[in-house]
Amino acid sequence: MNPISRRKLITMGLAATAGASGLIEANRLARRYGLVPPDSGGFFGPGETLTYACQRLLTARTPAREFPRSMISKNPFANEVAPPKEEFKRLQAGGFRDWRLVVDGTVARPTSFSLADLKSLPIHSQITEVACEEGWSYIAEWIGTPLSGVLRETGVLPQSRYIVYYSIEKGLWESIDMADAMHPYTLLTMGMNDGDLPVPFGGPLRLRVPRQLGYKSLKYVTRITATDDIKKFGKGLGSVDPEYGYAWYAGI
Amino acid sequence: MPFSSENSREWVERRQLTRTDPCYPRRVTTAIEVSKIRAVRHSGLVRVTHWLTLVSFVALLVTGAEIVISHPRFYWGEVGNVNTHPLFTLPIPASRDTVPTGYPYVMPDQNGWSRYLHFQSAWVLVFTALVYGIAGVVSGHFRRNLVPERRDWTWRAYWTRIARYLRREPPDRSEMRSYNLLQRTAYLTVVFILFPLMIWTGLAMSPSFTSAVPAAAALLGGRQSARTLHFFLSWLLLLFLVVHVTMIALSGFGSRMRAMITGYNGDPPEDPEEERL
Repeated sequence: MNPISRRKLITMGLAATAGASGLIEANRLARRYGLVPPDSGGFFGPGETLTYACQRLLTARTPAREFPRSMISKNPFANEVAPPKEEFKRLQAGGFRDWRLVVDGTVARPTSFSLADLKSLPIHSQITEVACEEGWSYIAEWIGTPLSGVLRETGVLPQSRYIVYYSIEKGLWESIDMADAMHPYTLLTMGMNDGDLPVPFGGPLRLRVPRQLGYKSLKYVTRITATDDIKKFGKGLGSVDPEYGYAWYAGI
Repeated sequence: MPFSSENSREWVERRQLTRTDPCYPRRVTTAIEVSKIRAVRHSGLVRVTHWLTLVSFVALLVTGAEIVISHPRFYWGEVGNVNTHPLFTLPIPASRDTVPTGYPYVMPDQNGWSRYLHFQSAWVLVFTALVYGIAGVVSGHFRRNLVPERRDWTWRAYWTRIARYLRREPPDRSEMRSYNLLQRTAYLTVVFILFPLMIWTGLAMSPSFTSAVPAAAALLGGRQSARTLHFFLSWLLLLFLVVHVTMIALSGFGSRMRAMITGYNGDPPEDPEEERL
């Protein structure tokens, strides 16, 4: 064997060993610091994990992008929603006075809030953009109370790692990690552009997660469950999206 | 002592006799050597990163098209949706029934796996680009093979090379081992302008990334401008791919493919010593 190819062989061997052990170590660190998304298995797991880990390191504390009032969209697009069920129609007929938001799971004091209860909490507003995974977007002012306040009110326990939230529509549920759940811009939204949140836009209660794509901003929220083990929910992929082939983390 | 042509020929002959002698100096090059040795066309690094780039680019192109089909309308500025006036609309059916396209039917929706694969391929491309970029600087590949030579920094040099293409002249001696002026310019544009702009316009559509770097979207005119630019840039890259493959077909598809796979223009030399110049 000539000396050059031997040197090359040794160099490449060392590089491959370093690369492989680096990957194993990176995976161990990522798991310890919560940088692995619930849908990290399967063929697309590596890409999803890289995206989520990088965004968590880069954007754990960044605010959402906000816009001046002049940029609020004149004709926002509500997107289509399934026709309302009997239960929704009954609540709507009563002016949503009987709408309840149940907060349970790993919280010290499981609580059921009416919309009036939520409106008595500190009210914030933000002018942020809804961006759909299809590509379209609009800007609106969103008014409501931060999820973090509701979680503190109910005494969310320190072992909580994810917040799962459910729509009144059966089978529609989402989850976000604690970085997004405790983020000041993550808003239990009841108003839009100085009025009540219209039903097509998710009224009476929508959880706005402005640093992720629109599908994480679930409409018609009725229940919030804090958990330390996301695997117990649905197929264990974090939300209903991966069950339909969509990424759990939609911050991209 | 500088070699004259006579004693260099003598040297090559002597070298062949004493090739196994480890004490003999290796790195002496002469004109005669050049003509005798089959050229190394592409380094291993260029070959591996080239094919990785092709695989991830094709995946990005196909999945990007699938994503566009869900909303084949384009806008300028920050926002745009079916209630706002589009900059232009693609005359194709959509994969979502909320988009007015004029077609009575809806295409199959492929957004889920397309998005997963789009971002996974983007990661492959980013890592490939990092390895290629760092190695290209360290090894001098960019300086030696991509940046045009100083004397070629004129319009005249471009016209001369274009004219040679038009006359279908074969590549000259220097082009056997490296790229000509037009190739260098095209590759530099793709590597240092189009791909970086593609990454920028892509990141400008990420609500999370722009929360950290709002200027990424704002400098482009907004999220929808970024999406429209991303779309046009993908056409420029596709144009490069088409021209690139056409030129390969014209200059000999088999030999060009062999060069990008094995590294050699012809058959690889039996003696690895020959590879060294």
